[in-house]
Amino acid sequence: MHDVALKLSGRIADAASSDAATDAAVLNAAALLPLVVRNLSFRAGGRSLIDALDLEITAPGVTTVMGPNGAGKSLLLRLLHGLIPPSAGEVLWAGMPPDREVQKQQAMVFQKPVLLRRSVADNMDFVMKLAGAPDVERRDSLLQEVGLLPLSAQPARLLSGGEQQRLSLARALATNPQVLLLDEPTASLDPASVMTIERIVKDASGRGIKIIFVTHDLAQAKRIADEVVFLHQGRVAEHAPAADFFERPTSSVACDYLAGRIVL
Amino acid sequence: MQDFAEAFRLAFSLVLSGDADLFEIIWLSLQVSLTALLISCVIGFGLGTVVALSRFPGRGGVIVLFNTLMGLPPVVVGLLVYLALSRAGPLGVLGLLYTPAAMIIAQSILITPIIAALSRQIVEDLFCEYDELFRSLTVPLHTAMAAVLWDARYSLITVALAGFGRAIAEVGAVMIVGGNIDHLTRVMTTAIALETSKGDLSLALALGIVLLAISMTVNALGLSLRSTAGRQAYA
Amino acid sequence: MMRMVVVAAVAAVVAGLSAAPASASDKSIIVQSTTSTANSGLYDYILPIFKKKTGVNVNVVAVGTGQAIKNAQNCDGDVLLVHAKSSEEKFVGEGYGVERFDLMYNDFVFVGPPSDPAGIAGTNDAEAAMKAIADKRALFASRGDDSGTHKKERKLWEAAGVDPSRGSGKWYRETGSGMGATLNVGVGMGAYVMTDRATWISFKNRGDFKIVVEGDKNLFNQYGVILVNQAKCPHVKSRLGQQFVNWLLSAEGQQAIGSYRRSGQQLFFPNAVQQAMEKSG
Repeated sequence: MHDVALKLSGRIADAASSDAATDAAVLNAAALLPLVVRNLSFRAGGRSLIDALDLEITAPGVTTVMGPNGAGKSLLLRLLHGLIPPSAGEVLWAGMPPDREVQKQQAMVFQKPVLLRRSVADNMDFVMKLAGAPDVERRDSLLQEVGLLPLSAQPARLLSGGEQQRLSLARALATNPQVLLLDEPTASLDPASVMTIERIVKDASGRGIKIIFVTHDLAQAKRIADEVVFLHQGRVAEHAPAADFFERPTSSVACDYLAGRIVL
Repeated sequence: MQDFAEAFRLAFSLVLSGDADLFEIIWLSLQVSLTALLISCVIGFGLGTVVALSRFPGRGGVIVLFNTLMGLPPVVVGLLVYLALSRAGPLGVLGLLYTPAAMIIAQSILITPIIAALSRQIVEDLFCEYDELFRSLTVPLHTAMAAVLWDARYSLITVALAGFGRAIAEVGAVMIVGGNIDHLTRVMTTAIALETSKGDLSLALALGIVLLAISMTVNALGLSLRSTAGRQAYA
Repeated sequence: MMRMVVVAAVAAVVAGLSAAPASASDKSIIVQSTTSTANSGLYDYILPIFKKKTGVNVNVVAVGTGQAIKNAQNCDGDVLLVHAKSSEEKFVGEGYGVERFDLMYNDFVFVGPPSDPAGIAGTNDAEAAMKAIADKRALFASRGDDSGTHKKERKLWEAAGVDPSRGSGKWYRETGSGMGATLNVGVGMGAYVMTDRATWISFKNRGDFKIVVEGDKNLFNQYGVILVNQAKCPHVKSRLGQQFVNWLLSAEGQQAIGSYRRSGQQLFFPNAVQQAMEKSG
């Protein structure tokens, strides 16, 4: 698995920076970094849901996006991935807008798993066929990793909530993404599934895949985050390394949020 | 009341006696309507899927048109096909009037809008579910269409059954373009119309009962297929 | 399972499409004819005889005379066998038909309910009966479909000096349907109906209706047969069509027509022999 990631990163690194770069730089280029968001706005129904948002993500690892309900977390994720066009501003991944070419190097896991009405294995094969030929060995190793190999032949819709989300994650990884975008993937899952998903996400991050993980679960953010982006009312209220954010939040909204006070 | 009892008795004795003429008519009815259904499914599922998955100016109009054509009177379809296939008509050289092929064409025209309109709804609903995933995966349009059609296949059985029901039950179109010719284009419905016009109401009703039984068999087959799939959570 | 259904459907298509051209092929002709001849069972009786002799399949499309003539004008038939002499002569006159031959005859009768509201039962004067029906505003069910029977009926009203259209929807009920359907309506609503005798004899849903008027020479019903003209309709199978017409007019064909019985009664009376002999002579 590591080899595959490296091979791919090598290809992209060649294109991006030919000069002898550090490993980190290779990984960054592979992960489509830096991500630069400038003056991003999204308006709907006369309201600014994302309001002239600026953000710059350069570090690899896991970035968690946090914030109270309605802060615009899920919306931001979709704008970053190019699923919806912004009202104004721009999103640039290593200088490129999130068009099809960029999307192909990314994968998204939705809060409510979207599974094809097929078997577990067929769900995997579908995305693998998009990228090329399905690879049974790789498919099975991914399913093994998320603990679904024994359920390969099961209809995906008969899986439990946790199993469905694990399948979504395995399917996302099957596309060999450089960036993995996750929209509250563990909301309402049992602890075992949460742990599995977190472990796989950390593993993926370790292999150089950039993770952007939306969550409102403080404990989870503490477990997995390398850095935190805290959103409030469609803007970035705070953007800090995880340790700093949890120890010494600088914005008053983040303070209130971490203290468990209601943030509107 | 006596008529009903007589009709049921007659229906059973017709079927049990293995009446050759009856089975010829039943076989032709099935042949014509199933062929029309297959053609309509190929065209209708295709049209329905294209309209479901694409956005173009006038799309709303197309949907209204499909829904309107669902109510096409069979006689009107029969008349249009007659005018087209008549020797004096534009397609007269084909020599298809008064043949099973003409009946298949008429029934295909009759039920394609039904298949297209109903499948569009089903495909569109499923596609809404898949939409973000497909865009995230940058699935090409033709792959998306194939995937949605395939995944909706069990729901589409209901659509096909609706089309089949309309085709096997209509009389207006096949009467005009088929001509109700004995041993050539006589199907269940035109035979019923004929016996009614001969005043042999019991026989007409008996044929109606047989037709209903055939329809029921086909529907039961289709629905059992669907419910099996339903239990497997594919539908 | 899905695959089985698809395979079955494909098989049906192949069978369906392959059956189609075979039927339209060589040894068959299409006869545009009337419901009265078809419903009486005449064709079921004589066509197998013809088929046995010649191997030619005769496919009968049974519609009203008006529509049969229109279909033939559209070249959708090889032979026309109807009963409306003036329309047939017009058809030939306009070049659509080769020549018209008298083939056979039967007669029209009036049937009605036993209550006989117009009091016409037992008469043999059609005009008087029609006047009585109109005077009493007794229900009368008309074909109203421009068929041979309908044309004849209108002629009789005219001769009786009655304009039934003034009673349309009231006592004069136009069904716009075939003979059988109109009889069903008439029996259902207790209305007099004018029908050809052949249809009446073979009709099953008579209820308590009886023949009330018969035997008027004005109720004579002549059938004619015409070969559609190849000059107008190049696709016409002239040779096979002519073969059928010749056979109908021949002693053998005439004998076949005359020997057809329904409930022991003769339905059609051949009257072409004389003429055919004149032709050949």
